[in-house]
Amino acid sequence: MESQIFEMSDIDIAWCPGCGNFSILKVLKLALSELDIKPEKLVLVSGIGQAAKIPHYFRTNFFNGLHGRAIPPATAIKVVNPDLTVIAESGDGDMYGEGGNHLINAIRRNPDITNIVHNNMVYGLTKGQASPTSQIGFKTPVQVKGVFLEPFNPLALAVALDASFVARAFSDDIEQTKEILKEAISHRGFALVDIFQPCVSFNKVNTHKWFKENTYYLDNSHDPHDRGNAFQKAIEREKLPLGIFYRNDKKSTFEENVGVYRQNKEPLALRKIERKNKLSDLIKSKR
Amino acid sequence: MNAPQAQKKDEVSVVLCGEAGQGIQTVEQILARCLKLSGFHVFASKEYMSRVRGGSNSTEIRISSKRVSAFLDRMDLLIPFHKGALKHVEKRISADTIVLGDRDIIPKDSRMPVNKYIDIPFSKIASDIGGRIYVNIIAAGVVLGTVGVEQRLLTNFIREFFSKKSEDVIEKNIEAIKKGYEIGTQILNSGKIEFAMCSSPKVKEENLLNGAEAVGLGALAGGCEFLSSYPMSPSTGVMVFLSQQMQDFDVVVEQAEDEISAINMAIGASYGGARSMVTTSGGGFALMIEGVSLAGMLETPVVIHIGQRPGPATGLPTRTEQADLELALYSGHGEFPRIVFAPGNLKDAFSLTQKAFNLADKYQIPVFVLTDQYLIDSLMNLPLLDIPDTRYESHVVRTHKGYKRYELTEVGISPRGIPGFGEGLVGVDSDEHDEEAHITEDLVLRKKMVDKRLKKLDSIKKEIVPPELIGASNYKVLITGWGSTYNVVREALQELGREDISFLHFKQVYPLYEGTRDYLQKAHRNIIIENNATSQFGKLIKLYTGMDIEARILKYNGLAFSVEEVAAEIKKILGKEKI
Repeated sequence: MESQIFEMSDIDIAWCPGCGNFSILKVLKLALSELDIKPEKLVLVSGIGQAAKIPHYFRTNFFNGLHGRAIPPATAIKVVNPDLTVIAESGDGDMYGEGGNHLINAIRRNPDITNIVHNNMVYGLTKGQASPTSQIGFKTPVQVKGVFLEPFNPLALAVALDASFVARAFSDDIEQTKEILKEAISHRGFALVDIFQPCVSFNKVNTHKWFKENTYYLDNSHDPHDRGNAFQKAIEREKLPLGIFYRNDKKSTFEENVGVYRQNKEPLALRKIERKNKLSDLIKSKR
Repeated sequence: MNAPQAQKKDEVSVVLCGEAGQGIQTVEQILARCLKLSGFHVFASKEYMSRVRGGSNSTEIRISSKRVSAFLDRMDLLIPFHKGALKHVEKRISADTIVLGDRDIIPKDSRMPVNKYIDIPFSKIASDIGGRIYVNIIAAGVVLGTVGVEQRLLTNFIREFFSKKSEDVIEKNIEAIKKGYEIGTQILNSGKIEFAMCSSPKVKEENLLNGAEAVGLGALAGGCEFLSSYPMSPSTGVMVFLSQQMQDFDVVVEQAEDEISAINMAIGASYGGARSMVTTSGGGFALMIEGVSLAGMLETPVVIHIGQRPGPATGLPTRTEQADLELALYSGHGEFPRIVFAPGNLKDAFSLTQKAFNLADKYQIPVFVLTDQYLIDSLMNLPLLDIPDTRYESHVVRTHKGYKRYELTEVGISPRGIPGFGEGLVGVDSDEHDEEAHITEDLVLRKKMVDKRLKKLDSIKKEIVPPELIGASNYKVLITGWGSTYNVVREALQELGREDISFLHFKQVYPLYEGTRDYLQKAHRNIIIENNATSQFGKLIKLYTGMDIEARILKYNGLAFSVEEVAAEIKKILGKEKI
């Protein structure tokens, strides 16, 4: 399937020229088309922020909700209709700041959704304040003396919670990012993909060049089923590893656990509800 | 203390009072079910502290030959389980109240106005059976004995009630209830208490429900397929009820990490095509408010049940109030339509919750069901709920190529598609959007979209649930109320026996019934009754009718109105003036 199927005609993209979001948009379309996922069977769920505008540049179903709240609706959409491929996508402020609690609990709940986080270590839409992943010393108009909060480490958090799939990518590397996304989307269970993405307007420290120089890819010696080792990799700070850190293929998903699909595989959302007899019996039993 | 005098009553109010953990709730359940199975009308209402052990909690159980459905101050029988009990219900003890209990529970200083007292050594009997834990079951037995329930029912009933317990525990509970029953029968035969309640086989066939179950059954009847919530008293009962029905009814019930997640999940589920709801209380709902606005903007149906309790902030977590009407009315930034229901009784709770799902779906809006702790925790028999046509009205359409989620239409309602059903694509956006849900700053279109959303109000107003007038239509005095005060005001008016007073009860508080002004204008005197401090519904009425109801009966100490209290307040207001 050609990625053209996801293209929209005549759109006015709100991102700055050179923004890493463009590559992510392109790569995601490529990954989905190579996986042969049709626009009608896909739902992009996003929050608010520059990254969260992605559904508006994508021909598919979408739910562009509230800031920080992409994961809860994505979880619910998947559980009421498991036939859909559901991707929750937003920036680091949205997913790790405003919506941090949802990330933690989505990992525990393990819905079969993919969580893509555009991580540029800065707030773009609100013009340059620190994000949860901003590095110590990063100066902004608000953090005037530089950030002194410990940067949020999404990968370490996810591995600590035994998330079913944990990866990091870099937006400039189209091929590698595409492969990581394909793995993540195909993975059964919650898949977190943190994507480094340079912000050309508000982050003059973590630039295209900086990411290039400060990252490296995990090689074949890394066993993604080794949780201890994955955690070690997740807390490396000298150079930041990229690739699939960890996966646990044995976990059951939220959809499998809720019970409505044990006997009947038809999506809940598409079932015809016939309750009259059951309800009548239930009412009679309450005597 | 004097020996109790004989008295005949066709209705009795029994109050049990004890510490949290002494099994008051269990007794309430046992008595209500057993009495109802025996054909007596029952009504049980509880007030309790926000703690798991200790304190003082009480339950009132009214047992009657005729239907009863409201809280009374009067106590005919009082069974205290601990030393603080009499103090706790002191103000309700009258010269006719008969106290049944351990002698040492009655305070030695006789300032406590206990006139009639029957010594029952509950603790000793319980210890003989196997421990203090059986006190509550013995007490239940005593009540059943004094009322004259058939003894043969007891064993089976206890067996069934404790079916999940071990045989030993079941046997001891049977022994306890029988022992209590014997004592009750002796009291009855001694003539110290004389009840003349008649049982009716019809009652046996009725439902025995509390408010949470009524809301839950309404949700099932309304096609609810998804509930996400965070536990919060007093609304949790609805989540518990639906959890128990998950398997039989294919409902997803998820305990969310917080209320923000809960409502965003519910909206997501609804977008995905499942009928969804949340259940919460004031503080939890406060966290959901951005989500309410989201539902308004996305035009995605969601049913919001708020079991009100006193605020601000944590307030009185286990008590009752009607003070979140304005919160529900004005929740959510921006302007968008909504509907607010306020069931007056359990039948309303069932039918309005069902209706809430249908209307949420039809108009693609948030619909509120406002109850409170009093309604949620009231347990009573009522005629078997009538299942209306459960072929619930679905308004979801199969999409076609080129489908536009927010197509501009004359009535403001765009046909609602769901993803994966049809050939079209379904987008929704919290930003202002065009017909295909894409973000826009086209300000001409913005205005069209606001108008489209608000236009739905025109249709909504055509099917407002009208208020119910109780009493004659040629009233001189009109009492206006809403929500859970329905039964208590009704009974207070029966007690007053004045044909010139009628009661106008609102089950839908917003949009306000358009004939409201006519009702109010007809009265020489208007009185409003609300379980809050600022007459929130009165303010709403003033906003939409221009009429100010100055005579107010307001209660906000955390407790529900009692029948006597309402009657006295009405008398007090009317006593001052000539109608």
